[in-house]
Amino acid sequence: MINRRQFCKRAIIAVGGLMLPLAALEIFDPRTLQAEKETGNKTRWGFLVDTRKCVGCGFCVKACKIENEVPYDANVTRTWVERYVVTRDGKTYIDSPKGARDGFTSPKIDQNHHGMHEIPPQEVTKAFFVPKLCNQCENPPCVQVCPVGATYQTEDGVVLIDRTWCIGCGYCIMGCPYSVRFFHPVHHVAEKCNFCYHRISQGMKTACVDACPFGARSVGNLKDPDDPVTRIIMTERVSVLKEEYGTKPQVFYLGLSKEVK
Amino acid sequence: MKNHVLRPLYVALALVGFILFVRKLLVPVDFGIYERGYMYGWHRKSNEAEWKGVRIKYKTDKGCRDCHRDKYEEISKSGHSIISCENCHGPRYEHPKDPPGLTVDRSRGLCVRCHAHIPYMTGGRGDIPGIDPEKHYPQAECVMCHLSHNPKPMNQKREARS
Ligand code: SF4
Ligand code: SF4
Repeated sequence: MINRRQFCKRAIIAVGGLMLPLAALEIFDPRTLQAEKETGNKTRWGFLVDTRKCVGCGFCVKACKIENEVPYDANVTRTWVERYVVTRDGKTYIDSPKGARDGFTSPKIDQNHHGMHEIPPQEVTKAFFVPKLCNQCENPPCVQVCPVGATYQTEDGVVLIDRTWCIGCGYCIMGCPYSVRFFHPVHHVAEKCNFCYHRISQGMKTACVDACPFGARSVGNLKDPDDPVTRIIMTERVSVLKEEYGTKPQVFYLGLSKEVK
Repeated sequence: MKNHVLRPLYVALALVGFILFVRKLLVPVDFGIYERGYMYGWHRKSNEAEWKGVRIKYKTDKGCRDCHRDKYEEISKSGHSIISCENCHGPRYEHPKDPPGLTVDRSRGLCVRCHAHIPYMTGGRGDIPGIDPEKHYPQAECVMCHLSHNPKPMNQKREARS
């Protein structure tokens, strides 16, 4: 017969055992610790967008689609440009036709099934363009939710997707608070901006940075204090998107407005 | 212990062994936890090299100047000097080896990206000389009259002026 004392004891042990995290059962390997210390890694890629310079020409989107082999006519892009128009009555109109692949060529705002909305210029209080791309978050939720380890973060901070390993479950597409991810129409796996990893790792700039005539975009190494991008981020008033989500985005914006989501 | 207890145990062990064996076969050898740790670092290491190996299409202006010096200098004096050659001439790839000639985009759509007038004064867009694409010679290509390499307002093609 089990008495009350024994029962309580065993129950506590059982509950304690159940609460052990799986990670606690991992055998400690000093090599891991050393690797963590040795990563005197000198690179952490970051991005700077100056919204005050963007004119909405969309050259960046065009170059990105070609450089990264995203089908040109499919309505998906790795980077896109949004237009924000705030009117006198306090309303905000937002559009991004085809992700701005062909730029903004009309003052009319695309309101989807409500048609094109025309706003008389005297009604506009402010209007501006905001380029968007993957934030290469320091705490990427898209990586956490991947059940198979197909999406991951490299040592230099870029989040990549292993196309042969992705099972196409779409969790990461739901998990990204910035709606950056989509399904690649040809490869049928998750796809997103990777800061042109093939270019930056060879000392080049991303295709969108090279294509932007107005200098609205720049990419740099946040661990290098002399990098011009790092300098601006450290010394100017920059902001990030959806800071409250705790994702720690590494795409910084100059001249962001409260209307931008 | 009696046989009827041990037999299912063997079956269970064999099953576990089989699953481990299949896992060994299917999971790539270089799949593991790397620099970013348990939470963000699980991946197949060789995938990093695969992404680094993607072919570069846009090679920037650097190579253009060597062969097309005259063009390069003409543009660098004009307002269009900020635009990369490849924005209109297309990605360079291995040109002149491959492709020998590039596909130049002479379309109206390319010009109106910036020159469709949108009167926004918050950014720079409102300051760019612009037209209303629906009213300004809607049937014509811009390059029929305007010189894209040197687009000063009155610097138009001779036949267009006369
Ligand atoms: S922006 Fe989205 S896709 Fe990019 S790292 Fe953050 S959560 Fe992932
Ligand atoms: S190329 Fe530059 S100016 Fe043009 S839309 Fe992109 S970020 Fe804006």
